[in-house]
Amino acid sequence: MSGTTVGIPRALAYYLYFPRWRTFFTELGVNVVTSKLSNRQMLDDGVKEALAEACVPIKLYFGHVLSLKDRVDYIFVPRLYCLNGKTLFCPKFLGLPDMIKHGIDNLPPVLDTMLNNRDKGIISRRIEMTKSFFQLGEKFTRDKVRIVKAIYNSLKVENKYCQLLHKGLLPNQALEVLDGAKVPEKLGKGSLNFAVLGYPYHLYDDFINVGVFNKLHRLGVNTITTENLNSGLLENIKHNLPKEMFWTFSDRAYKAALHFFKEGKVDAILYVTAFGCGPDAMVYRMIELEAKKYPHIPFMVLMIDEHSGEAGMSTRLEAFTDMVRRRKELGACLC
Amino acid sequence: MLKVTFPRMGHSYIAFKMLLEDLGNEVIVPPRPSKKTLDLGVQYSPEFTCLPFKILMGTYLEAIQMGANTLVTSGGNGPCRAGLYAQVHQRIIEDLGHQINMICFEAPLSHPIDFLKKVKFLNSSKLSYLSVWQAIKKGWHKLKALDNIEKLTHQIRPRERDNGTTSRVYRQAQNWLGQASTIKDIDEAYQEAVKSLNNIPQAQDRLIIKIGMVGEIYVLLEPASNHEIEEVLGSLGVEIERSMFLTGWTKDNLNEKCNEVVTCHNAAKPWIPVAIGGHGQDTVGHVILYSQRGFDGVIQLAPFTCIPEIVSKTVLTQVSKQHNIPILTFFLDEQTGKAVWLPDWKPL
Ligand code: SF4
Ligand code: SF4
Repeated sequence: MSGTTVGIPRALAYYLYFPRWRTFFTELGVNVVTSKLSNRQMLDDGVKEALAEACVPIKLYFGHVLSLKDRVDYIFVPRLYCLNGKTLFCPKFLGLPDMIKHGIDNLPPVLDTMLNNRDKGIISRRIEMTKSFFQLGEKFTRDKVRIVKAIYNSLKVENKYCQLLHKGLLPNQALEVLDGAKVPEKLGKGSLNFAVLGYPYHLYDDFINVGVFNKLHRLGVNTITTENLNSGLLENIKHNLPKEMFWTFSDRAYKAALHFFKEGKVDAILYVTAFGCGPDAMVYRMIELEAKKYPHIPFMVLMIDEHSGEAGMSTRLEAFTDMVRRRKELGACLC
Repeated sequence: MLKVTFPRMGHSYIAFKMLLEDLGNEVIVPPRPSKKTLDLGVQYSPEFTCLPFKILMGTYLEAIQMGANTLVTSGGNGPCRAGLYAQVHQRIIEDLGHQINMICFEAPLSHPIDFLKKVKFLNSSKLSYLSVWQAIKKGWHKLKALDNIEKLTHQIRPRERDNGTTSRVYRQAQNWLGQASTIKDIDEAYQEAVKSLNNIPQAQDRLIIKIGMVGEIYVLLEPASNHEIEEVLGSLGVEIERSMFLTGWTKDNLNEKCNEVVTCHNAAKPWIPVAIGGHGQDTVGHVILYSQRGFDGVIQLAPFTCIPEIVSKTVLTQVSKQHNIPILTFFLDEQTGKAVWLPDWKPL
């Protein structure tokens, strides 16, 4: 079925899984269209269409879907349930296709592939994912070999993408490299190192967080994020909670925070969270309590909302960076 | 000596108190949530957690002030926030400098050893396992009796001739059940309560409308968190039917077999095909069942920022159109709470 186009909203899980999804579809001869970078119009549209009580990222997702819906034959809104056999996604991810299908009128067909391998071992996990994508592929071609090849290649691309992230690239940079751009020069020119943590779509959407990374880089701060860490490393991090954080992104954020606190190499830790985010309301308090045990590593929470202002964000980041820098210099004199 | 307290959800405290006392503990009955509870809870909870978290936070702190040193609650593996309540509460309480035991029960079938360990911890009188089991059964029996009486009030209240009679009799009945300590006593108190409720003089010619109540479990079950919405509606001549009771719910969550929930999930399938955490899927299913049973409308209660109820509410707009049933949603937060919260409510 050549000539078919599938739209992939550039929001939520996009930042982690887009390379894989795109490869899968293009290998089947399907055109992939993404929405533009987030902008004010999309957010405003999303705010109008989504429930007022929803979190900002969901509203923005609505905006992305709205901007795509008249240009594509299908919209890809997978139901991300569980990918690693253990942790689940936020209930809003679990119900995302339902909210989109029943919340927006005049949509093209929604591809709501279920991605779930909860409580599965390492092998059956692979099988489960292959099955899901196989079913998805069958919508576009009868050629089974082609689907299997597409699945294989999509995994290969995802691997490459992850390697780029582990080298320290941000998702947007890594995507550019996949598309043929040169690997940007070594990023670490600044004099301070911050760990910047939070869910991928809070961190890597420059519009919604008013360009946190650019601002930090301009202030002479090198950044490292959860996605830059090896996933094996994250899995091995021990915590002293009676129970795991059972949401995927929260679990990653929490463990990454523990890692950076324990390792003690960064000068400060920033946590970016979104207004109205359910899981985060718990998670960042847990991280805050953890931070108290490491008074020598400054910690700050940045909250983004529908009206995050350029100015306010800059002032806060500057003040925080100044404080960290002064502390560091002072510390250097003392010893 | 363990001084035990637990979350307060509607009248369930009456049964839990008996159970924990039977095991030989001193029980600090959690106070009914008041403005003070809420203020305390809000002060020490993360700003954007859901209302139940905040009220429970306040309840625990109040109970600790009253001398409690052991908190008993339930966990669950989400995927909603409630599954993490216990550990976040514990961290915050410890951060405030209180030493407490947090006993958080998980589903016994998947964590049998953990379950037995915790039972053992709470078994201060060192009862035999058989006696513990009997105590649990008795507690359950009482809880069922309480639930059934509450269901009956939902039918009687809208028909009462004199405003307030049902609530008065109901509170009395709760006291009777509170004092009953054997299965026989419980049964007697229950019969007595049913009789008294049925004897309430009724207005004959009133037009009664029927409303189903759906939504998040805590705000459905704890009247202090929803401004006594059931009493208010009842006295306006509305017969309500609540979709959730602890005796209906615990059963479902503990062994996954409960016919009603199965059909409710089936009804929800075309709209939300999978469980999304909390009771988001149940909410949609129950709305559809209510509409099929000819109800006049549905009220959805949800804490502000409640994740699964936001999903279900998004879908409900269409459900309401297709199934032709009006739905009114209340998102409850500490602001809506403050205005109407009854500061000095006392059982009559
Ligand atoms: S994790 Fe938070 S921000 Fe993401 S969808 Fe859920 S509530 Fe929204
Ligand atoms: S169901 Fe709603 S109220 Fe309950 S934990 Fe989840 S978000 Fe909070």
